[in-house]
Amino acid sequence: MILALELSHFSAAFLFALFSSTVFGICFRNNSREMLRYGAYCFGVFMVGMWIAGWVMWLIHH
Amino acid sequence: MADTQTTTSPSQAAAVPAAAPSAMAFVAPAVAWFIPGAGHLIQKRWLRGLLLLICVVAMFVFGLAMDGKIYKSNTGDLLDILGFISDLGTGVLYILGRTLDWGANAIVIATADYGTKFIAVAGLLNIIAAVDAYHIAIGKKP
Repeated sequence: MILALELSHFSAAFLFALFSSTVFGICFRNNSREMLRYGAYCFGVFMVGMWIAGWVMWLIHH
Repeated sequence: MADTQTTTSPSQAAAVPAAAPSAMAFVAPAVAWFIPGAGHLIQKRWLRGLLLLICVVAMFVFGLAMDGKIYKSNTGDLLDILGFISDLGTGVLYILGRTLDWGANAIVIATADYGTKFIAVAGLLNIIAAVDAYHIAIGKKP
């Protein structure tokens, strides 16, 4: 593969959240304003969920 | 006073066909599956189509760049079958990937596992976009 990318866990999760929430916003709402709000909401939920999951895993590990 | 109401006999009612779905209702989801975002673009939803195209293609490319695996058609493990169905959702990207033998054969590092998930989710997001294109075509969504 010509492209080779080694992302950190955070960067990979950030990109995943960004692209997924953009598609969710476009497809699950009817007007531009609602799309933007819902996309931002999904992005926030992804990021906060990831942050919480990260701490839970840290606690389990220790 | 003349009766302005028209009456329809049962035989006449049967002769009137139900409103047929437009050709776009069939074309838009098919095109949307084959080329990400194209289902919106052919219905003149330029910005939405462009964003969908960027998101799905970027997820697929990032997945490949992280050494992700593209699943082949298989009848083995259930997760492998689901992986294949998800990957197939990317349409032309999947066909290109399989034809040109892109992607890793085995997942050996953690980021490759992320890459595999990126490719699978790109396919699932494209299926959602195709359904959305269909909703626009039938007038359920502006």
